[in-house]
Amino acid sequence: MGEKELTVQEKQEVQHKGETTRPEKYFVPAVDIFETDNEVTVVAEMPGVGSKGVDISLQDDVLTIKGSPEPEPESDDRRILLQEYESGNYLRRFTVAETIDQDKIEASMTDGLLKVVLPKAAPARPRKIEVQAG
Amino acid sequence: MALIRFAPQTGFRNPWAEFERIRQELDAFSRTLAGETARPRATVYPPLNIAEDADNLVIKAELPGVRAEDLDISIEGETLTLQGKRAPRHDEENVSYHRREIETGSFSRAITLPTRVDVDKINARLVNGILTITLQKAAEVKPRQISVTTD
Repeated sequence: MGEKELTVQEKQEVQHKGETTRPEKYFVPAVDIFETDNEVTVVAEMPGVGSKGVDISLQDDVLTIKGSPEPEPESDDRRILLQEYESGNYLRRFTVAETIDQDKIEASMTDGLLKVVLPKAAPARPRKIEVQAG
Repeated sequence: MALIRFAPQTGFRNPWAEFERIRQELDAFSRTLAGETARPRATVYPPLNIAEDADNLVIKAELPGVRAEDLDISIEGETLTLQGKRAPRHDEENVSYHRREIETGSFSRAITLPTRVDVDKINARLVNGILTITLQKAAEVKPRQISVTTD
Protein backbone atom coordinates (compact mmCIF):
# COMPACT_ATOMS: atom_id res chain seq x y z
CA MET A 1 0.00 0.00 0.00
CA GLY A 2 1.04 3.60 -0.19
CA GLU A 3 2.86 3.21 -3.45
CA LYS A 4 -0.27 2.67 -5.47
CA GLU A 5 -0.98 5.43 -7.95
CA LEU A 6 -4.19 7.27 -7.33
CA THR A 7 -6.62 7.28 -10.22
CA VAL A 8 -9.14 9.87 -11.21
CA GLN A 9 -12.63 9.07 -10.01
CA GLU A 10 -15.28 11.04 -11.83
CA LYS A 11 -17.76 12.67 -9.53
CA GLN A 12 -21.15 11.03 -9.71
CA GLU A 13 -24.23 13.15 -9.49
CA VAL A 14 -26.98 12.09 -7.12
CA GLN A 15 -29.76 10.33 -8.98
CA HIS A 16 -33.49 10.36 -8.16
CA LYS A 17 -33.34 12.94 -5.44
CA GLY A 18 -36.32 14.96 -6.54
CA GLU A 19 -36.05 18.38 -8.00
CA THR A 20 -34.53 21.26 -6.15
CA THR A 21 -35.78 24.80 -6.25
CA ARG A 22 -32.28 26.14 -6.59
CA PRO A 23 -30.00 25.14 -9.43
CA GLU A 24 -27.58 23.16 -7.29
CA LYS A 25 -25.58 20.13 -8.08
CA TYR A 26 -25.39 17.24 -5.67
CA PHE A 27 -22.57 14.76 -5.86
CA VAL A 28 -22.17 11.40 -4.20
CA PRO A 29 -19.17 11.51 -1.89
CA ALA A 30 -16.88 8.50 -1.75
CA VAL A 31 -17.08 6.84 1.64
CA ASP A 32 -15.33 4.37 3.87
CA ILE A 33 -17.53 2.59 6.38
CA PHE A 34 -16.06 0.41 9.05
CA GLU A 35 -17.29 -1.16 12.20
CA THR A 36 -15.82 -2.13 15.51
CA ASP A 37 -17.55 -3.82 18.42
CA ASN A 38 -18.64 -0.48 19.84
CA GLU A 39 -19.21 1.82 16.93
CA VAL A 40 -19.78 2.31 13.24
CA THR A 41 -17.62 4.94 11.54
CA VAL A 42 -18.43 6.64 8.26
CA VAL A 43 -15.71 8.66 6.52
CA ALA A 44 -16.79 10.72 3.51
CA GLU A 45 -14.77 12.77 1.04
CA MET A 46 -16.13 16.29 0.92
CA PRO A 47 -13.48 18.65 -0.35
CA GLY A 48 -14.29 22.33 0.13
CA VAL A 49 -16.77 21.74 2.91
CA GLY A 50 -15.97 23.35 6.23
CA SER A 51 -17.26 22.16 9.60
CA LYS A 52 -20.12 24.66 9.35
CA GLY A 53 -21.34 23.31 6.03
CA VAL A 54 -22.03 19.79 7.23
CA ASP A 55 -25.50 18.55 8.03
CA ILE A 56 -25.90 15.08 9.52
CA SER A 57 -29.16 13.50 10.55
CA LEU A 58 -30.27 10.05 11.61
CA GLN A 59 -33.97 9.43 11.28
CA ASP A 60 -35.78 6.11 11.04
CA ASP A 61 -32.46 4.29 10.66
CA VAL A 62 -31.52 6.45 7.67
CA LEU A 63 -28.32 8.37 8.07
CA THR A 64 -28.13 11.42 5.82
CA ILE A 65 -24.89 13.25 5.32
CA LYS A 66 -24.98 16.49 3.44
CA GLY A 67 -22.24 19.00 2.81
CA SER A 68 -22.25 22.44 1.24
CA PRO A 69 -18.92 23.93 0.27
CA GLU A 70 -18.01 27.37 1.42
CA PRO A 71 -18.80 29.91 -1.30
CA GLU A 72 -15.79 31.03 -3.25
CA PRO A 73 -15.07 34.70 -3.75
CA GLU A 74 -16.09 35.54 -7.28
CA SER A 75 -13.87 37.66 -9.39
CA ASP A 76 -15.33 39.41 -12.41
CA ASP A 77 -12.42 39.31 -14.79
CA ARG A 78 -11.54 35.70 -14.04
CA ARG A 79 -11.41 33.48 -17.07
CA ILE A 80 -11.50 29.70 -16.87
CA LEU A 81 -8.70 28.01 -18.77
CA LEU A 82 -9.32 24.43 -17.70
CA GLN A 83 -12.11 22.83 -15.74
CA GLU A 84 -11.66 19.18 -14.95
CA TYR A 85 -13.89 18.97 -11.93
CA GLU A 86 -17.11 20.57 -10.84
CA SER A 87 -17.94 21.81 -7.39
CA GLY A 88 -21.25 21.35 -5.70
CA ASN A 89 -22.97 19.96 -2.70
CA TYR A 90 -22.55 16.45 -1.39
CA LEU A 91 -25.35 14.16 -0.37
CA ARG A 92 -25.52 10.52 0.59
CA ARG A 93 -27.92 8.38 2.55
CA PHE A 94 -27.39 5.07 4.28
CA THR A 95 -29.73 2.72 6.03
CA VAL A 96 -28.07 1.85 9.30
CA ALA A 97 -28.64 -1.74 10.31
CA GLU A 98 -27.38 -1.38 13.86
CA THR A 99 -29.14 0.31 16.73
CA ILE A 100 -27.33 3.58 17.27
CA ASP A 101 -27.16 5.70 20.37
CA GLN A 102 -28.34 8.91 18.73
CA ASP A 103 -27.21 11.22 21.51
CA LYS A 104 -23.60 10.17 21.24
CA ILE A 105 -23.05 10.64 17.51
CA GLU A 106 -19.87 12.57 16.92
CA ALA A 107 -18.71 14.20 13.72
CA SER A 108 -15.50 15.94 12.76
CA MET A 109 -14.15 17.52 9.61
CA THR A 110 -10.46 17.43 8.77
CA ASP A 111 -8.79 18.21 5.43
CA GLY A 112 -12.03 17.74 3.53
CA LEU A 113 -12.81 14.39 5.12
CA LEU A 114 -15.92 14.05 7.21
CA LYS A 115 -15.80 11.47 9.95
CA VAL A 116 -19.01 10.41 11.66
CA VAL A 117 -18.77 8.06 14.60
CA LEU A 118 -22.01 6.29 15.43
CA PRO A 119 -21.79 4.49 18.79
CA LYS A 120 -23.89 1.36 19.00
CA ALA A 121 -26.61 1.30 21.60
CA ALA A 122 -25.92 -1.15 24.42
CA PRO A 123 -28.15 -4.05 23.33
CA ALA A 124 -26.56 -4.21 19.92
CA ARG A 125 -23.13 -4.98 21.30
CA PRO A 126 -22.20 -8.57 20.90
CA ARG A 127 -22.80 -10.71 23.91
CA LYS A 128 -20.97 -13.84 24.47
CA ILE A 129 -23.32 -16.72 24.76
CA GLU A 130 -21.96 -19.71 26.45
CA VAL A 131 -22.99 -22.99 25.07
CA GLN A 132 -23.33 -25.55 27.74
CA ALA A 133 -22.52 -29.05 27.03
CA GLY A 134 -24.98 -31.30 28.41
CA MET B 1 -7.51 38.56 -21.84
CA ALA B 2 -7.46 35.65 -24.23
CA LEU B 3 -4.21 34.50 -25.68
CA ILE B 4 -4.88 33.97 -29.35
CA ARG B 5 -2.09 32.58 -31.42
CA PHE B 6 -1.93 33.39 -35.06
CA ALA B 7 -2.86 30.35 -37.09
CA PRO B 8 0.22 29.13 -38.87
CA GLN B 9 -0.14 29.03 -42.65
CA THR B 10 1.18 25.52 -43.05
CA GLY B 11 -1.77 24.13 -44.99
CA PHE B 12 0.19 23.79 -48.21
CA ARG B 13 3.35 22.49 -46.69
CA ASN B 14 1.72 19.90 -44.46
CA PRO B 15 -1.42 18.41 -45.96
CA TRP B 16 -1.83 16.13 -42.91
CA ALA B 17 -2.43 19.10 -40.64
CA GLU B 18 -5.75 19.65 -42.37
CA PHE B 19 -6.76 16.02 -41.79
CA GLU B 20 -5.79 16.36 -38.16
CA ARG B 21 -7.96 19.47 -37.85
CA ILE B 22 -10.92 17.66 -39.42
CA ARG B 23 -10.42 14.70 -37.11
CA GLN B 24 -10.40 16.94 -34.03
CA GLU B 25 -13.58 18.67 -35.12
CA LEU B 26 -15.27 15.36 -35.80
CA ASP B 27 -14.23 14.21 -32.34
CA ALA B 28 -15.74 17.32 -30.82
CA PHE B 29 -18.88 16.78 -32.89
CA SER B 30 -19.30 13.18 -31.81
CA ARG B 31 -18.91 14.28 -28.19
CA THR B 32 -21.83 16.67 -28.56
CA LEU B 33 -23.90 13.88 -30.10
CA ALA B 34 -23.21 11.65 -27.14
CA GLY B 35 -24.63 14.38 -24.91
CA GLU B 36 -21.41 14.88 -23.05
CA THR B 37 -20.29 18.27 -21.99
CA ALA B 38 -17.24 19.81 -23.52
CA ARG B 39 -15.51 19.55 -20.15
CA PRO B 40 -12.17 17.83 -20.55
CA ARG B 41 -11.73 14.70 -18.50
CA ALA B 42 -8.68 14.40 -16.37
CA THR B 43 -6.68 11.26 -16.92
CA VAL B 44 -4.10 11.91 -14.23
CA TYR B 45 -4.94 12.47 -10.57
CA PRO B 46 -5.74 15.08 -9.34
CA PRO B 47 -8.24 16.85 -11.63
CA LEU B 48 -7.41 20.52 -11.85
CA ASN B 49 -9.32 23.73 -12.38
CA ILE B 50 -7.25 26.55 -13.79
CA ALA B 51 -8.40 30.15 -14.07
CA GLU B 52 -6.66 33.40 -14.77
CA ASP B 53 -7.27 37.04 -14.22
CA ALA B 54 -5.18 40.03 -15.23
CA ASP B 55 -2.44 39.41 -12.68
CA ASN B 56 -2.71 35.85 -11.47
CA LEU B 57 -3.07 32.29 -12.52
CA VAL B 58 -5.08 30.22 -10.06
CA ILE B 59 -4.81 26.43 -10.01
CA LYS B 60 -7.17 24.43 -7.85
CA ALA B 61 -7.28 20.78 -7.00
CA GLU B 62 -9.49 18.73 -4.74
CA LEU B 63 -7.25 16.72 -2.46
CA PRO B 64 -9.38 15.45 0.42
CA GLY B 65 -7.43 13.61 3.05
CA VAL B 66 -4.04 14.85 1.89
CA ARG B 67 -2.03 16.56 4.58
CA ALA B 68 -0.07 19.68 3.73
CA GLU B 69 3.20 17.97 4.71
CA ASP B 70 2.53 15.12 2.27
CA LEU B 71 2.25 17.52 -0.62
CA ASP B 72 5.15 18.62 -2.76
CA ILE B 73 4.82 21.38 -5.31
CA SER B 74 7.72 22.40 -7.51
CA ILE B 75 8.20 24.62 -10.50
CA GLU B 76 10.86 24.32 -13.12
CA GLY B 77 10.72 26.68 -16.04
CA GLU B 78 7.12 26.55 -17.19
CA THR B 79 6.36 23.15 -15.70
CA LEU B 80 4.55 22.88 -12.42
CA THR B 81 4.73 19.53 -10.69
CA LEU B 82 2.31 18.41 -8.05
CA GLN B 83 3.27 15.34 -6.07
CA GLY B 84 1.99 13.78 -2.94
CA LYS B 85 0.36 10.89 -1.26
CA ARG B 86 -2.77 10.13 0.62
CA ALA B 87 -1.91 8.06 3.60
CA PRO B 88 -4.47 5.81 5.24
CA ARG B 89 -5.90 7.62 8.23
CA HIS B 90 -7.49 5.05 10.40
CA ASP B 91 -5.77 2.39 12.36
CA GLU B 92 -7.00 -0.88 11.02
CA GLU B 93 -7.11 -3.13 14.01
CA ASN B 94 -10.20 -5.12 14.88
CA VAL B 95 -12.10 -3.26 12.25
CA SER B 96 -14.37 -4.75 9.64
CA TYR B 97 -14.87 -2.70 6.53
CA HIS B 98 -18.30 -2.44 4.93
CA ARG B 99 -17.35 -0.04 2.19
CA ARG B 100 -14.00 1.09 0.93
CA GLU B 101 -14.26 3.75 -1.73
CA ILE B 102 -11.62 6.22 -0.63
CA GLU B 103 -8.37 5.25 -2.26
CA THR B 104 -4.98 5.74 -0.72
CA GLY B 105 -1.76 6.03 -2.63
CA SER B 106 0.56 8.44 -4.34
CA PHE B 107 0.04 10.87 -7.18
CA SER B 108 2.13 13.00 -9.45
CA ARG B 109 0.98 15.42 -12.07
CA ALA B 110 2.96 17.87 -14.16
CA ILE B 111 1.37 20.65 -16.14
CA THR B 112 2.77 23.21 -18.51
CA LEU B 113 1.75 26.65 -17.43
CA PRO B 114 -0.02 28.65 -20.14
CA THR B 115 1.94 31.77 -19.33
CA ARG B 116 5.16 32.77 -17.68
CA VAL B 117 4.99 33.36 -13.94
CA ASP B 118 7.03 35.05 -11.28
CA VAL B 119 8.54 32.06 -9.49
CA ASP B 120 9.18 34.08 -6.33
CA LYS B 121 5.54 34.95 -5.87
CA ILE B 122 3.79 31.61 -5.69
CA ASN B 123 1.35 30.96 -2.93
CA ALA B 124 -0.15 27.57 -2.16
CA ARG B 125 -2.85 26.94 0.43
CA LEU B 126 -4.62 23.76 1.44
CA VAL B 127 -7.94 24.51 3.10
CA ASN B 128 -10.68 21.90 3.70
CA GLY B 129 -9.05 19.55 1.24
CA ILE B 130 -8.84 22.05 -1.60
CA LEU B 131 -5.45 23.12 -2.80
CA THR B 132 -5.26 26.61 -4.26
CA ILE B 133 -2.04 27.65 -5.96
CA THR B 134 -1.87 31.31 -6.87
CA LEU B 135 0.87 32.20 -9.31
CA GLN B 136 1.60 35.77 -10.16
CA LYS B 137 2.13 36.33 -13.85
CA ALA B 138 5.54 37.56 -14.88
CA ALA B 139 5.71 41.30 -15.36
CA GLU B 140 6.27 41.03 -19.11
CA VAL B 141 3.04 39.11 -19.76
CA LYS B 142 0.78 41.24 -17.60
CA PRO B 143 -1.51 43.49 -19.60
CA ARG B 144 -0.32 47.06 -19.57
CA GLN B 145 -2.39 50.10 -20.27
CA ILE B 146 -0.95 52.28 -22.96
CA SER B 147 -2.18 55.81 -22.84
CA VAL B 148 -2.68 57.63 -26.07
CA THR B 149 -1.59 61.21 -26.19
CA THR B 150 -2.57 63.82 -28.71
CA ASP B 151 -0.47 66.71 -29.74
